[in-house]
Amino acid sequence: MIYLQLFLSYLKIGFFGFGGGYAMLSLIQNEVVMQRGWITASQFSDIVAISQMTPGPIAINSATYIGYTVAGFWGSVVATLAVSLPAMTLMILITRFYLQLRSNRFVASAMATMRPVVIGMIGAAALLLIFPHQNDDPNFIDAWSWVLFGATLIASVRKVNPILLIVLSAVAGVVIYA
Amino acid sequence: MRELLTMFGSFFKIGLFTFGGGYAMVPIIQREVIERRGWIDREEFIELLTLAQSAPGPIALNTSVFVGYKMRGYAGALAALLGVVVPAFTVILIVAIYFAQFRENIYVNAAFKGMRPAVVALIVAPVISLSKGMGAWKYLIAALTAVVVWYGGLSPIWLIVVAAVAGVLIELYNGHKHVER
Repeated sequence: MIYLQLFLSYLKIGFFGFGGGYAMLSLIQNEVVMQRGWITASQFSDIVAISQMTPGPIAINSATYIGYTVAGFWGSVVATLAVSLPAMTLMILITRFYLQLRSNRFVASAMATMRPVVIGMIGAAALLLIFPHQNDDPNFIDAWSWVLFGATLIASVRKVNPILLIVLSAVAGVVIYA
Repeated sequence: MRELLTMFGSFFKIGLFTFGGGYAMVPIIQREVIERRGWIDREEFIELLTLAQSAPGPIALNTSVFVGYKMRGYAGALAALLGVVVPAFTVILIVAIYFAQFRENIYVNAAFKGMRPAVVALIVAPVISLSKGMGAWKYLIAALTAVVVWYGGLSPIWLIVVAAVAGVLIELYNGHKHVER
């Protein structure tokens, strides 16, 4: 039954994943870490780090990784398929009807009101990684964590390549903690 | 069949060589699909891209589906989608299988201690860039969403549904006012 649970969870994540990768993180986190308890908060950030360094969309990477962690090879297949299905069907519909959709004022208005919610969702994903709920291993362990956070944030806002930043932070981690 | 294979191949390349996901893929898709293959014209691509960004799901996936569908219908959509998914799936599966063995290595462990706060920063950065120029009440909605989902543990799905319904209602109300005038 774990396969069915994985399938339904990732179908939900795919269907409500407005705003792309980072916004989907909040959905994935809520479903996989908080509601199902399949992985911990720090495992989740490890998966995000690994997703950044491997090719492909974060949503696909995390589905494959978490599916594998939870239920082995077939788990990864089921989760990846489930997260791709809504994108596939909805985009075909959108491509067919895009002229009507584009000029529909209700669609435009719904998109406009969803935007701040999507931004808030990305914020929630970040907050949960900084201040996890109890009984979860923290991502921020000492003052160095905050230094690395601040430096990466400034560099990222200034459009430094995210893969480079992940690699640099890994090197810093080895220098500081090993 | 050959065209489908070419499409799969092109999107496979896109999937294999784009790191960092979503927006990072767009210029690469653009180069392959518009400039190199001429499968779709630029105007159409930009219009559909806007819709791909507002539809649920990863942007790279949505983009591959619409280009594939435009070209060869359902089979094209599937070929393009598989092209993007297969390399991402394969690489991360290999990492997932072997990562457990290296997880307890002190250097790997230390590297991840450094990477975790950096990952959080990468997630915070788009919040800053996306919220530039928003009105005050939109900031409030964004902040409330963040707190309710983070602290209250509410599933963001409910908030998306409420926001979409509110958008439709606002437009209904505006349309109504328009008619009265």
